[in-house]
Amino acid sequence: MGKTIVQKIWENHLVAAEEGRPDLLYIDLHLLHEVTSPQAFDGLREKGRTVRRPELCFAVMDHNVPTINRSVIEDETARKQLAALETNCREFGIKLAGLDSEEQGIVHVTGPELGLTWPGKTVVCGDSHTSTHGAFGALAFGIGTSEVEHVLACQSLYQKRPKVLEVHVSGKRPFGVTAKDIILNFIAQNGTNAGTGFVIEFTGDTIAELTMEERMTVCNMAIEAGAKAGLISPDETTFRYLKDRKYAPKDSEFEKYKQQWSGLASDQDAVYDKTIKMDAADIAPMVTWGTNPGMAVPITGHVPDVSGTDSKYKADEIRHAASYMGLSPGEQLEGIPVQHVFIGSCTNARLSDLRDAANVIKGKKVSSGVRALVVPGSQSVKRAAEKEGLHEIFLNAGFEWRESGCSMCLGMNPDIVPQGERCASTSNRNFEGRQGKGARTHLVSPVMAAAAAVEGHLADVRKLSIQEEVLHATL
Amino acid sequence: MRHYKSIQAKCAVLKRDNIDTDQIIPKQFLKRIEKTGFGDYLFNDWRYLDDGAENPDFELNKTHAKGAEILIAGANFGCGSSREHAPWALKDYGFKAVIAPSFADIFYNNCLKNGIVAVSLDETVISGWIRQYEKQVVEIDVDLEKQVISGPDGKKQSFEFDPFWKEMIMNGWDEISYTLQSESSITQYEDEKEVDKLGIRS
Ligand code: SF4
Repeated sequence: MGKTIVQKIWENHLVAAEEGRPDLLYIDLHLLHEVTSPQAFDGLREKGRTVRRPELCFAVMDHNVPTINRSVIEDETARKQLAALETNCREFGIKLAGLDSEEQGIVHVTGPELGLTWPGKTVVCGDSHTSTHGAFGALAFGIGTSEVEHVLACQSLYQKRPKVLEVHVSGKRPFGVTAKDIILNFIAQNGTNAGTGFVIEFTGDTIAELTMEERMTVCNMAIEAGAKAGLISPDETTFRYLKDRKYAPKDSEFEKYKQQWSGLASDQDAVYDKTIKMDAADIAPMVTWGTNPGMAVPITGHVPDVSGTDSKYKADEIRHAASYMGLSPGEQLEGIPVQHVFIGSCTNARLSDLRDAANVIKGKKVSSGVRALVVPGSQSVKRAAEKEGLHEIFLNAGFEWRESGCSMCLGMNPDIVPQGERCASTSNRNFEGRQGKGARTHLVSPVMAAAAAVEGHLADVRKLSIQEEVLHATL
Repeated sequence: MRHYKSIQAKCAVLKRDNIDTDQIIPKQFLKRIEKTGFGDYLFNDWRYLDDGAENPDFELNKTHAKGAEILIAGANFGCGSSREHAPWALKDYGFKAVIAPSFADIFYNNCLKNGIVAVSLDETVISGWIRQYEKQVVEIDVDLEKQVISGPDGKKQSFEFDPFWKEMIMNGWDEISYTLQSESSITQYEDEKEVDKLGIRS
């Protein structure tokens, strides 16, 4: 019987497997950021412990950082947290991409672009969207702070062997449908707990045709379906992306690794614990109407009505979510005015995302009354975008062009959506209060966010007067 | 870590599915670098009104939920972010056990590591208790050692619990010390797999 990539990676990383306790799994890459690590370092200090393998750790500042005027951090607690990360990294010998580093950016954007994430690695970070790194065929999952401390001290973790859910996507994506729409559609159809207890492997010809950046968008939101991790078996697309990245293996060593990596893909006769099939041809540009990522419908759709016939949500849930969102059950989504547009986050702030959005807004203006922000995922994305002149397209249209960080995805820095106001956002969570207390978030793809900025309301990007071939080149 | 064999306590109920960690502890409190003191901010945006006063409509603020040490919640409890601040806040508030039809994976692990007994039980059993709770104060006895819960109706309900974590919690062991007993296996693994080669160099 063949093996899935998950089984292969698991077996490669077993430090100990004993009856009556979970497997002890070795961790190849430990990413850290300022919010979930300070208590872990304190824990080490209290017990007089050290970091076992500082050279397998990499830290960045991302959640709290200002996206304008970085030299002044007015919030004292944020300043303290950033300072703590700096002190901890210095004390324990961990490489840090700090505020003034050219490697700074959102942890899940910088890791892959620096070539830290390789196929077959086990990757952890005190952050749920660690699943992003699964795009490379790595087993990557989020952990809590106690586990951060455990990995720092032992470079390994007790883990229960997960089941594997195959999500098979085949068929041609229609015009206007992005990687973001594929994953939003999956969660909307199957629920926010479809993946609970599983690692999801995305397979099928639609997935195989995705670029690495698109694969990262898909895997990023596997956690929103409740999965422990999401991954995609590595192939030539993966290897091509990795080659010549800063921390990836070089030259002959790269070729050697490539051989190894090629054997990681799930075997033809691999047996999955469960399979869900999707046809990409059925997907339309999506938008969320409620307060979890599963509450999503095509842009032509509406908030479910409470009769319960057109939604898997109960009447109470629909009423509660719609009321928070300032919407009524049954209300049409297209045309709902937005006051904010946020293009950013570890889901959709890579170079191709910015290019897509720029293609939509080129020669157009942000609608009056809309505040629109582009926050590149990393300094490197920002530099590359500026080299192409994307920043000028955004600035000319009336967008703000910021420094990299998590920003309005969770509003831990000053970038927040005020109470009761509405934001079309390329991020991954539309939870109550996520972008600010009382803020109303609609999750969309970068092209849909751009369309909302131009129109001033939730809009169907397919109806915009964009040269089709431009958008086709984009999508 | 705290340790118990059983918890007998008053319950509070949050009858909603998909309660996410952003609700359990909103992000504005994540900047603290300590592990304690989060209890005051548990469910902050639901629990307090804009002027800082308690929201009388929020379930935990009702008299018969005051002093509760067991929380009963809807399915997929703790979904969302990996922030361990969520279990820290629950623990600091006084909750020792959480019962729900299902939990999000990272949150569940985070509970175990903080000695919070997280138990998944069938939705129909839980709804029965919730119906009683709506009428009166409800007490439940969670016996971790026997893996049995005595509900308010006196009926006993067995539950599953990972044997490894049961032992950890009942003894209050430190997980890192436990793992470091296997240090020779870790070293052996590192030598065999040449993990040096994975080191981040610049
Ligand atoms: S961009 Fe948002 S989801 Fe991604 S790591 Fe930052 S806060 Fe988390």
